[in-house]
Amino acid sequence: MPYRLEVGLKPGLFDARGERTKRQILHAFPNLPADLQIVSLDVYTIEADDFPYELLSEAFCDPVIQNMTINEPLTLDFDWYIEIGFKPGVTDNVGHSAGYALRLITGRDHPVYSARAYLIRGTLTRAAATAIAEECLANGLIQYSRIIDPQELSAIKPYIPVVSLDSTPRVEDLSLELSNSILAQLSQERTLALTVDELKTISAYLRDPAIQQHRSTVGLGAKITDVELECLAQTWSEHCKHKIFNAEIDYEENGSHEKIVSLFKSYIQKSTAEIREKAGDDDLCVSVFTDNAGVIRFNDEYNLVFKVETHNSPSALDPYGGALTGIVGVNRDPFGTGIGSKLIFNTDVFCFADPYFSEKLPPKILHPIRIFEGVREGVEHGGNKSGIPTVNGCIVFDNRYLGKPLVYCGTAGIMPAIINGKPSHEKTILPGDLIVMSGGRIGKDGIHGATFSSEEFHEASPTSAVQIGDPITQKKLTDFLLRARDKDLYRAITDNGAGGLSSSVGEMAQLSGGCRIELDKPPLKYQGLSPWEILLSEAQERMTLAVPSERIEEFVELSRQMDVESTVIGEFTDTGYFHCTYGESTVAYLGLDFLHAGLAPMRLSARWEDISQPDPPTPVPDDHNTMLARLLARLNICSKEYVIRQYDHEVQGGSVIKPLVGVSCDGPSDAAVIRPLLDSAQGVVVSNGIIPRYSDIDTYHMTACALDEALRNYICVGGDPEHWACLDNFCWCDPVTSEKNPDGAYKLAQLVRANKALYFYTKAYNCPLISGKDSMKNDYVGPDTKISIPPTILVSVIGRMDDVTKAVSMDIKKPGSHLYLLGITKKELGASEYFAEHGIVGSSIPKVDADTAMMRYQKLHTAIMDSRVKAAHDMSDGGLAVSLAEMAFAGGCGIRIELGAVQTEGSLLDTEILYSESPSRIVIEVSKEHAADIERLFGGDARRIGETTTDKNMVVFGQDATILIDQDLDTLMKAWKEPLDL
Amino acid sequence: MAQVRALVITGYGTNCEMEMAYACRRAGAMCDIVHISDIISGTYAISDYHFLNLAGGFLDGDDLGSAQVESVRLKHARIKNTGKTLFEELLSFIEKGMLILGVCNGFQALVKTGLLPGNPFGRRRVSLTFNDSAKFEDRWVRLSINENSPCIFTRTMDHIFLPVRHGEGKFVCDGPETLEEIQAMNLDALYYADKAYMPTMEYPENPNGSVQAIAGICDNTGRIFGLMPHPEAFAHATNHPSWTRMETLPTQGEGMVFFDNAVKFLRGIL
Repeated sequence: MPYRLEVGLKPGLFDARGERTKRQILHAFPNLPADLQIVSLDVYTIEADDFPYELLSEAFCDPVIQNMTINEPLTLDFDWYIEIGFKPGVTDNVGHSAGYALRLITGRDHPVYSARAYLIRGTLTRAAATAIAEECLANGLIQYSRIIDPQELSAIKPYIPVVSLDSTPRVEDLSLELSNSILAQLSQERTLALTVDELKTISAYLRDPAIQQHRSTVGLGAKITDVELECLAQTWSEHCKHKIFNAEIDYEENGSHEKIVSLFKSYIQKSTAEIREKAGDDDLCVSVFTDNAGVIRFNDEYNLVFKVETHNSPSALDPYGGALTGIVGVNRDPFGTGIGSKLIFNTDVFCFADPYFSEKLPPKILHPIRIFEGVREGVEHGGNKSGIPTVNGCIVFDNRYLGKPLVYCGTAGIMPAIINGKPSHEKTILPGDLIVMSGGRIGKDGIHGATFSSEEFHEASPTSAVQIGDPITQKKLTDFLLRARDKDLYRAITDNGAGGLSSSVGEMAQLSGGCRIELDKPPLKYQGLSPWEILLSEAQERMTLAVPSERIEEFVELSRQMDVESTVIGEFTDTGYFHCTYGESTVAYLGLDFLHAGLAPMRLSARWEDISQPDPPTPVPDDHNTMLARLLARLNICSKEYVIRQYDHEVQGGSVIKPLVGVSCDGPSDAAVIRPLLDSAQGVVVSNGIIPRYSDIDTYHMTACALDEALRNYICVGGDPEHWACLDNFCWCDPVTSEKNPDGAYKLAQLVRANKALYFYTKAYNCPLISGKDSMKNDYVGPDTKISIPPTILVSVIGRMDDVTKAVSMDIKKPGSHLYLLGITKKELGASEYFAEHGIVGSSIPKVDADTAMMRYQKLHTAIMDSRVKAAHDMSDGGLAVSLAEMAFAGGCGIRIELGAVQTEGSLLDTEILYSESPSRIVIEVSKEHAADIERLFGGDARRIGETTTDKNMVVFGQDATILIDQDLDTLMKAWKEPLDL
Repeated sequence: MAQVRALVITGYGTNCEMEMAYACRRAGAMCDIVHISDIISGTYAISDYHFLNLAGGFLDGDDLGSAQVESVRLKHARIKNTGKTLFEELLSFIEKGMLILGVCNGFQALVKTGLLPGNPFGRRRVSLTFNDSAKFEDRWVRLSINENSPCIFTRTMDHIFLPVRHGEGKFVCDGPETLEEIQAMNLDALYYADKAYMPTMEYPENPNGSVQAIAGICDNTGRIFGLMPHPEAFAHATNHPSWTRMETLPTQGEGMVFFDNAVKFLRGIL
């Protein structure tokens, strides 16, 4: 009989995990008695029966703090026992490590399955205990739960979640000579996300006599195999092919029409091309839009690699696994760029609904607090365990993210520009190079991830699309591959993400001109997978490499030594075909041209209309002290320290400007600075901008403001405006008009306008886009609700500063300094946090004047490099009042401000000056002895609006010299800190 | 002057090897970062070095408890050419009077393998378990130093400011006798401290609820030292979380003192 082990803390020790679980339970079920007791246990099930207690104890029990029992309960002193474990086939990282530990001791393989159990003491019905298990502790998609009373526990049997597939692997031949309605049905039933037109393109290809003749040479007929159809569906998915960004669009604005052929080419790629051309020899771009991530120059010897991805749909289903996979997945992008880079930082930006949401949830939607906590923890485990510091990010709240949260994860890497005499950003593959898969094994995990995320989220969304990342397997893999890279053991590398091998090998095959994959070769987690599943599986922690045959022995030997599984699964060819075999038979044979270029562009219509309502008269509060505290406590403004502290932002030792700064290390930093090369003073600067609220008025200005926010954050810490680049990440609601999506043309117009802004402003700021990503179907469709996210762009900026010792943080440094406001304040409260606090949207959206802003940023950079600036902080959500309060309480130093000194456009109310969100504005603290320098440098663009004081108050005088705000910093800070101190 | 040879072991989830090596080199040692599989294969030998560093990270994901699997590996994995376990190799290294520094996950490994507090080596007498907050936290803490401790690494100091970055750092003993022995022999080299640099049990100054505010311990020779805070994360002055508030920037971070002391001691005996 298998062993079932229970491991629990010795009596008398504080059960921290149990206490935290109790807090979570009471948050979800506030009516439960507060004296409920929760005890946490670890449960292991082992398929073996001949181990002595001592052996198991050495592996599983810490004798200082824990007790362990075998096949009997640790205690029966409880009312309910709840066990949560993984369903068959779900990645069980703890079980995996446990099996490894046993192998170290015994030299043999024994499967181990882990579970977590909670003993509940308290008067509860079985129904209440079940609700706790199902609604708070377990995610039914991936986990089982057992609710057991003491009597039942004595007789409990081990639960072994072993995968047993009774299916034998098979290949199906399908005819596509079908009616439109049957084709549509086929696409839906197989989660292909292919349109009828796309399926007809495939059937036309198969009817081509020349193609038929080629197919007959490998034993295939006129029907398509399921392997081929699935492969095409992946490759042609919105997720992989970006069909909307490459569509032909008829854009209508005020009655005039414009034809746009590919948003990507017309705006994004074009801007970068023009910036690069203008830069000439100073071009800092090294590799853009072609690889898994963008590459720019860092210095003469090193290049930086940066990519941001989203993992929204999986995070909606399983927040923990989805986000964990998101972060370890995006790690593989810079890792798989060129011949691979060393990873130096992560960023994360989340968009959630209100964690205190109290209305009824639509079906299949998890409560926002579960999404929040699950995503937070997934990114925590993925980032911390991988040893990559999470240095920058933010969290945006809007209840339209209830249906789909947005989980942006970014990773940068650094690589020597030349490795083994070759440019490291280039991949080459020669015919005859072996296709090698390294890392994890293949299971059913994540099958149809790419096509699933190309659809809206609905009640019947497939659960196989969920995977759970394994940071340690990946860490071992990256340790190994960086070494193999430096030993020149492979020629090209790419990651297995969406679409699995079909996508990774399919893309690499373009470099040699073909490939032949033997689908019976990749190692599997369990038997019974069909060839198409092996090809498409999105099982994590796998890289695909092109290894020259003369290096394969050394490659495999190093891999074995470093405990990483590597398998030759085929070879690259120059046949022009994507060829897959299974055993003796060919199961796929598709022309590479057809696979990659066989799809005609979509044709779409976009129609812009300004639907915003004019601003009402600006509401004026009775008391600005209260209003400021209310704004500071808004979810989009308040402190995110609870999340930031749980992310290691200092590992790798190069931290310079941290996410939390100031006298008590709790002020909100504008951007991050790190030293990736520890013996150099050169720094990497990273920042972000995101402001989806503005999409309610106009996505053009939303985009401009997001870019400007990222850039001014970057400038505030000391980043060099001559050496910056950015990434765009679009998350949109479905912009294709259909019966269930009648306003698609408007949403597409929003997308067009965002692209127009991106083109104009990246050029104006001379900040090239180097990579990006789009996620276009962020809608939830329930039986009687549809929730679409507000169009959201995240702009992530990466760049350099030459000397990190010149970096500046946002906290006020000392009393007796001058405070200058750089830039003009306009009556721009449309979609502001202040209006939102009053339930208003309005129309006066903040607009970016890039030319004056760019001059300001260049001057500020000069001033920072000349050590003339003691603190700098940008104005964003909540405007001047919020930013000043943050500077003051972060520095623990009072300030005195006169609104009459603020440069305004026309006459503004005090309220408008305080809370307007006009972009490109920055407050700087300057010592009195440097005041003249600053005034000379900036001229009229810098207005001295106040000074820092020896007390601990924020005092603001209105334009008529009356006191508007007089509040002590502790009160302000408390208001700002409380909302998300979970 | 004898060249001090430092070794930083990496692999299987160690994350802080780069900055650990940087600190060793900055202190004047030569330093190799060696993957544990290269020690097991016999390519590198621990005995060729004087100063062994076990760096922070998440060995094997800390999946069965922090460094639990590492303790199994150290005791069971055998070095190819000698047939000795890594643990036996470590014992000979210690016998020769060399230094071992374990930081965070490295401290957890020392404790779980029974190398700290020792007496006898190999028996686990103390542990590092989940923080009382049940959260991983990255925050800077004040630390006071037990000036009566035999610890080589903390000599000449009375306090220091360093980051902690862990979820399992609560120091506990297997019973009151062990704690008494640790205190009587001044093996408790480092404490979480309040603003006045007095040991404290108050959160967050004591970030995890460690008994007697113990943040680091050494063995009775003072040559093996483990601590939860990260001295290698404060090797450079700009690592300090509020260095931008300083009028003048120090030439190096406070955390360097531990490495400087180690190298100085070894130069004295080599």
